Amino acid sequence: MAEHFWLVPLIPGASALLLVLFGTKLSRRWIAWQASSAVFLSFLLSLAAFVHLARLPDASPGLSKTLLPWISSGSFSSPIAFVFDHLTAVMALVVTGVGLLIHVYSTAYMAEDRSYARYFAHLNLFTFFMLVLVMASDLVLMFVGWEGVGLCSYLLIGFWFERPAAAKAGLKAFVVNRVGDAAFIIGILFLLAQGGGSSFAAINEGAATGLLPSGIVTLVAILLFIGATGKSAQIPLYVWLPDAMEGPTPVSALIHAATMVTAGVYMVCRLSGLYAASVPASTVVAWIGAATALFAATMALVQNDIKKVLAYSTVSQIGYMFIGCGVGAYAAGMFHLVTHAFFKSLLFLAAGSVIHALAGEQDMRRMGGLKKHLPVTFPVFLVGALAISGIPFLSGFFSKDAILTGAFAGGQYALWAAGLLGAVLTAFYMFRLVYLTFYGEERMTREAGHHIHESPRAMTIPLVFLAAFSILAGYVGLPVLFGGKADLFGRFMEGSVKTVTHHLAVSTEGLLVVLATAASLLGLALAYVFYRRTPALPGRLASLFPGIYRLLVGSYYIDEVYEAVVVRPLVRGSEKVYVRFDLRIIDGTLDGSAAAAGLAGKGLNILQSGLVRDYALAFLLGAIIFLGFLLL
Amino acid sequence: MIPASAFFALAVVLFVLGVVAFFVKKDLLTQFMAVEVMLNAGNLAFLALAKALGKAEGQVIVLFVITVAAAEAVIGLAIIVLVFRQRKTIQTDDLKDLRG
Amino acid sequence: MAWAVFFTLSFLCIGSVAAMVLSRNQAHNALFLVLSFSSLGGLFGLLDAPFAAAAQVLIYAGAIMVLFLFAIMMFNLRGELPARVKKVRLALTAGLGTILLAELLLAGRKLVHGSPGAAPAAGGDTARLGRLLFADHLYAFEITSLLILAALVGALALAGRKEGA
Repeated sequence: MAEHFWLVPLIPGASALLLVLFGTKLSRRWIAWQASSAVFLSFLLSLAAFVHLARLPDASPGLSKTLLPWISSGSFSSPIAFVFDHLTAVMALVVTGVGLLIHVYSTAYMAEDRSYARYFAHLNLFTFFMLVLVMASDLVLMFVGWEGVGLCSYLLIGFWFERPAAAKAGLKAFVVNRVGDAAFIIGILFLLAQGGGSSFAAINEGAATGLLPSGIVTLVAILLFIGATGKSAQIPLYVWLPDAMEGPTPVSALIHAATMVTAGVYMVCRLSGLYAASVPASTVVAWIGAATALFAATMALVQNDIKKVLAYSTVSQIGYMFIGCGVGAYAAGMFHLVTHAFFKSLLFLAAGSVIHALAGEQDMRRMGGLKKHLPVTFPVFLVGALAISGIPFLSGFFSKDAILTGAFAGGQYALWAAGLLGAVLTAFYMFRLVYLTFYGEERMTREAGHHIHESPRAMTIPLVFLAAFSILAGYVGLPVLFGGKADLFGRFMEGSVKTVTHHLAVSTEGLLVVLATAASLLGLALAYVFYRRTPALPGRLASLFPGIYRLLVGSYYIDEVYEAVVVRPLVRGSEKVYVRFDLRIIDGTLDGSAAAAGLAGKGLNILQSGLVRDYALAFLLGAIIFLGFLLL
Repeated sequence: MIPASAFFALAVVLFVLGVVAFFVKKDLLTQFMAVEVMLNAGNLAFLALAKALGKAEGQVIVLFVITVAAAEAVIGLAIIVLVFRQRKTIQTDDLKDLRG
Repeated sequence: MAWAVFFTLSFLCIGSVAAMVLSRNQAHNALFLVLSFSSLGGLFGLLDAPFAAAAQVLIYAGAIMVLFLFAIMMFNLRGELPARVKKVRLALTAGLGTILLAELLLAGRKLVHGSPGAAPAAGGDTARLGRLLFADHLYAFEITSLLILAALVGALALAGRKEGA
């Protein structure tokens, strides 16, 4: 069974194709079943392959299959080939598992939408590309998946394209990603110029053995990482993710929380050999991750839209994953990726449930007191909030701890401190969200509030599953001090990623755990004070520091800076080029040649006077010339 | 004996005169007459060459040319009559239907 | 002696054609051509082609030109005075005509080499012609007769009066 793993991407791909071609002719029931079953089948196959891998001894290579020879030019070849090793197994399970839950959720959430078929077609297509991305055996094929998910992201963000905000957001996502992708491509080209091929095995080997010169290693690693900042919404290319909330909430959950945005993390882990071989590149990765983690967390503190809070939170959490990768704790980074997939998509879907209950209201200032109205949504949301805040014994606690411990153990105390501060902020803004939404007085408008109801089962059941995972998933990555069953995850990953392990004394590790817990609880307590005990406090603080407050609310005005420094000059420049080149030269040439043809025609028309005598003159001339030739 | 080349030269002059007549005249009928002149010049040339080269085929050709010219003149005049009936003119400057 | 006849006939021929070019009256033109063709018949005779000469005078001068005269009289275009020829056209025609003349004379020189050529048998000439016509070129001969028939029918069809027209 496991040898059929290569079907995993193709099944959703086929479903997508069918939906594209025939979707409008199918019933909604059929579409829902087909789209979900496709992902379910992929999940089962992934599971089978995973089990197969788990039975093999540690650090054995995974399954692989070449489907088609694709590019083959000279010494360079890039076949369409899939691998399924430990790293891929984890990603595939996350993509298909969480993807399945979100597909099921969507069948209810999008039930009223008139473009049902298009939605599921795009969703299946996304699943296909994402799976290609994680199962590719070489960088070029992965880039195909990389671009493909970017396309699907654009399509799904702008799903309600008649809304100008949605259309603009989709475009912004695509264009910003493009900037990253340009760096990515340049990175690939530098790599190919070395002649070693583009397969991951070759790259990691080449970096480790020194076959690739160290300058190239660093250069390529940084260029590829710039691409990752675009895809994974880190500094400086994160600006598209908050706007991406214009898309349907399940899309935000799947693409902008669990899977696509984590592709950058996957890429770094897949190329762990490359990054491990370059200290400068790893430093860049870690520091950008840390900066982003803090930067985004500060912006999440003051957002009023429930989805925007979660969006900035995602940016921040992915920063954590990159901290993990940057300090060499690749397994820790992946661990956090997995747990984050669970609780973040849980949070998004639960938020979707809240929005659904309030007939579309997304502003937290107009929520409140929903605890009693939403008996399923509230508890699961709480679970997600606790998990992300790193409250002990939930999954987020273990994964965040793994990263922070890794940083500390590697001697990167500044990064560790940044992570700790971020944990405080994370707990704070998450529980601010919880208190504003579910507790306190009901501040919603009459239209929003008149029919508050819990969501249908198709929406709540996935929530429950995700909540369960958010609680339990942590136990595969127990820290060493818990003894024997420690770090199952890390050991599993050894087959695929080079993790740098430093060993700490048990007491040091215990101290770090306590500090991390304290940070989370501090954040939670502050949120309680600000938003439950003394609700007037936030307002007073804002009026005391109006400048800082406005800076945060305006997201540091980064968007405006980009607009002024990058976008507007480009637009003006392209307009000039358009007028001078496109209109004048190209159109001018075309119109000119048409006019010339017309003039030539008019000129030749003179010859056609209709008079026989003129035609006879032509005969005569011809005869004279002909005779001349004959004689000479 | 008169050399055949003299006759040939005469034929050439006659032909060129016919060409000039065709281009100078403006009415269809006279232009048609110029064509007949050209045909005759051709006949003369054939005969001159027949004499020069000693072949009698030249005379055969000349007979055929005369015959065909007769047939052509008949049809041509019939057409000119028709044109005149329709357009009431045989000035070629007025017959511009071929104008592009 | 022969030269005198030759020059007289040539002069007549060319002169009448020139007169035709210069004259504006169509009936005059036709009559000038009659003269021209008749002298041409004489020239044919000088070339030892008696049958051709006879045919020329009978058919060309006698039949074709008479047909032209009938047509002229039918048109009855007495009133018309054609406009003057434009100078440009005259110059162009003269120029091209000169070039053509030169070219054709050159061609003729190459062709004829100024030889008097073999003198064919005097009396049996027509007989020989007949033999050629009816034996070697019978096919063309018969087709030509069909052609004449076609021309006859065609002329009738084209220019015959339509019913009630």
